[in-house]
Amino acid sequence: MMHFTSLPIYPEIFLLLMASVVTLLGTGASAARQKTTYVVTQISLGVLALMHLSELQLAQTVYGMQRMVVIDPLGHLLALSATLATMITMGFSRPYLASRDLLKGEFLSLAMFSLLGISVMVSANNFLVVYVGLELMSLSLYALTALRRDHAVSTEAAMKYFILGALASGFLLYGLSMMYGATGTLDIPNVFEALHKGTVNQQVLTFGLVFIVSGLAFKLGLAPFHMWVPDVYQGAPTAVTLLISGAPKLAAFGITFRILVEALSGQALDWQQMLIVLSVVSMTLGNLAAIVQSNLKRLLAYSAIAQLGFMLLGFTPTVVDMKTVLAANGYSSALFYIVTYVLTTLGTFGLIMVLSRNGFESEEVSDLAGLGKRSPWIAGVMALFMFSLAGIPPLVGFYAKFAVLQALVSTGNHGYIVLAVVAVLLSLIGAYYYLRIVKTMFFDEPADTTPIRGEVGATVLLALNGLAALGFGLLPDGLMSVCRDAVLKAINT
Amino acid sequence: MIFLNLAIWLPILAGVVLLALGRDDNARAVRWMALVFALASFVVTIPLITGFDTAQAGMQFATDFTWIERFNAHYHVAVDGISVWFVLLTALITVVVVISAWEVITERVSQYMAAFLILSGVMVGVFAAVDGLLFYTFFEATLIPMYIIIGVWGGPKRIYASFKFFLYTLLGSLLMLVALVYLYIQSASFDILTWHKLPLSMTAQTGLFFAFLAAFAVKVPMWPVHTWLPDVHVEAPTGGSAVLAAIMLKLGAYGFLRFSLPIAPDASHHWAWLIIALSLIAVVYIGLVAMVQTDMKKLVAYSSIAHMGFCTLGFFIFNSLGMQGAIVQMISHGFVSAAMFLCIGVLYDRVHSRDIAAYGGVTNTMPWFATFAVLFAMANCGLPGTAGFVGEWMVILATTGFNFWVAALSATALIFGAAYTLWMVKRVYFGPVTKGSVSRLQDINAREFFMLAVLAVAVLAMGLYPKPFTDVMQVSVDALLKHVAQPKLL
Repeated sequence: MMHFTSLPIYPEIFLLLMASVVTLLGTGASAARQKTTYVVTQISLGVLALMHLSELQLAQTVYGMQRMVVIDPLGHLLALSATLATMITMGFSRPYLASRDLLKGEFLSLAMFSLLGISVMVSANNFLVVYVGLELMSLSLYALTALRRDHAVSTEAAMKYFILGALASGFLLYGLSMMYGATGTLDIPNVFEALHKGTVNQQVLTFGLVFIVSGLAFKLGLAPFHMWVPDVYQGAPTAVTLLISGAPKLAAFGITFRILVEALSGQALDWQQMLIVLSVVSMTLGNLAAIVQSNLKRLLAYSAIAQLGFMLLGFTPTVVDMKTVLAANGYSSALFYIVTYVLTTLGTFGLIMVLSRNGFESEEVSDLAGLGKRSPWIAGVMALFMFSLAGIPPLVGFYAKFAVLQALVSTGNHGYIVLAVVAVLLSLIGAYYYLRIVKTMFFDEPADTTPIRGEVGATVLLALNGLAALGFGLLPDGLMSVCRDAVLKAINT
Repeated sequence: MIFLNLAIWLPILAGVVLLALGRDDNARAVRWMALVFALASFVVTIPLITGFDTAQAGMQFATDFTWIERFNAHYHVAVDGISVWFVLLTALITVVVVISAWEVITERVSQYMAAFLILSGVMVGVFAAVDGLLFYTFFEATLIPMYIIIGVWGGPKRIYASFKFFLYTLLGSLLMLVALVYLYIQSASFDILTWHKLPLSMTAQTGLFFAFLAAFAVKVPMWPVHTWLPDVHVEAPTGGSAVLAAIMLKLGAYGFLRFSLPIAPDASHHWAWLIIALSLIAVVYIGLVAMVQTDMKKLVAYSSIAHMGFCTLGFFIFNSLGMQGAIVQMISHGFVSAAMFLCIGVLYDRVHSRDIAAYGGVTNTMPWFATFAVLFAMANCGLPGTAGFVGEWMVILATTGFNFWVAALSATALIFGAAYTLWMVKRVYFGPVTKGSVSRLQDINAREFFMLAVLAVAVLAMGLYPKPFTDVMQVSVDALLKHVAQPKLL
């Protein structure tokens, strides 16, 4: 079978091929050429999504590239979601970028390369592959943040992102090399075996673990490693903010799962405490800081910190009373949380782009004033997203939060129940600023009453996105069982 | 079955249709469509009462299928003798509210009508849900349309009121969510009927009891967590106040019947004194507070709190008469409070003031209207022959058998109720016309007449012949009390 070993990664090979084609096509400057490039990009992403979908339905676990990568339902689910997120991002971004003369080949090809990095990360079976994928994604995103290169804020954000991002990659790499030192292997299953045998140097292991968790926390944007998040969200062109806030979160979830759960579950007692601290600090800081923001993108950045903190809670019930039976429940709720969160967040930033057309950046919360009168449909969809993020049923955000809380409470451990109560109270604070956005849209008088007519494609996309937030809320069963099956399969092999 | 599902989903879909079709230039068509939808939504609830088997205590018209497999949550809706009346009440009040908004709401008509229709369907869902997660979903979903209704069409301090409403009730219900998760973990099910049978230790029951209390006491509202209600009533538009008082408060009281009492019966017995004490404070103290109000809406809001005190009192003396009285009181208060708020709305539309001092001698210029208003005021103070009397009388009678002093204190409500209501009637409707604004008043038109007449007929019918109401709930109430009387300690 050795000679067929690269076959299982055919979606990634296809993506690499198409990314190269798009890069070549994108060099042409004419409008017609740009349009072709865009269409080719979207079609290839669509084909890619179908590939992942069909693989996901097969639900097989296959190893490829000399066991460097693992092809399993979890990897396909995350890659599929990331592909769809990138497609949606491009759909929202096209009119926005075109009206700012930023729709160049770079955007499309760099976005595709970052997606390739994500696909590699989520199916990594080896620490080096994780790192290669991470760097491929991150370098593309750094460059994209600086896309508006004559813009000071944008450039500053890119610098900040790059320096802190490089530092975090360094942390992660350092931690992974400690792992190598302790276990003598980079393969995830072998690390797991080594830990299981218990013949490793605990001191080196724990030391490395701290660096790994810090690096992952940076990539997820968790407090206290969150400094870059508000600046980058605010500074980057909104299209790029959307790209950063969507698919890469799925990738960060993927590597967190692969490294902490699949490789280092033997050290779970150590890392689950670190994650509890990270998540409580993130929820507290994110929710409190978001209250005072007037810039919408910055507010959503703090909201992202808080939301990912909540998601991380799903990772914490790994070892409870020296048993691990409840862990899968927690992981699958975290997976459901992150997938639905990305779906919601795509819509919110997409909406900012729909509003900020014709050279006018609609970035302040006050720019939404009276939107309910100007464009009731757009405002209605945004309200759905806000209620979803606040966790009000019947929107999907509620069921995501509920799944995580259920995973915590079902441990029966008092510490976790306290944690669940803390999470609930902190999300009540969060409800305040989400409601404030709804208030600004519906209760405040508009400064300008001309209706906003978004570009048709973007508006339809927005409506579909809102419908998904409601639909997955009314009928969350399907996605939940897909998440559960994927996690179970990934743990059991 | 089909009618119960229609009662939930027809108004919700109708609301979505109105949102889709409504524009600024077709307000007239939107109003008619909203009325037709609201009437249709009411008509589909009628088979629920005509086809109701009064001999059966359990759930009827059930639909049950798996909703979320992971949590073993079901889409399970059904009604028993207790909840069926609230389904009808909700649908009827929605019709009245749609009529009340006819010429009054001129801005964003379709959104206004849609919000009330969606709210109506969601509230029916709360009363019909037999699954804990489904109940919570509907219970919380009511916040969204109400928040919009208060915030968009409310008075000058509407934003403060809408936030207070949302966050206050959200805090309470989050604690209930913790209780629901606990019950799910104990029983591996979200089925409320399974929870009724689940044996629980006293500690667990106490915890559950207080978690449910947090959610339902805020919603009812009971003293001391009632402070949101007057603020919200004052700022909400007329229709919003009517729905809030007539139905949303009942969601809390209904929660006691469906969750607190049957799931934690031993804790309920143990802590009954607390609820009785809080209810008496609501009846006596809030009655006194109502007396000093100068704002008509605030007065009726405080009166609502006092009347709801009767309901919680009736539940926690564990007596069939008392509990039936409390449920009758919930229904009658639904009619009477809605009518009172609509009357204030009629005056406010003309004079743009809710201040009692801005009126005087309204009966001289609006004789038809004053007739209705005085009738509803009489019902509010519990005059025999009106709906207000039946429930209060049943509760007081049952309380006498429980404890004389509790009964004596609760009976003061009749005095205070009469005092604050009649004093308001005297100052607003009777006496000479001294204000120019009152002398220019036009009497109610056909639309307003019809809307008040519907409620007047309901108030009188229930007051003169309450038997059909009690017949339907009798068996279910007895079964509930029998269940609550049996300890189910672990």
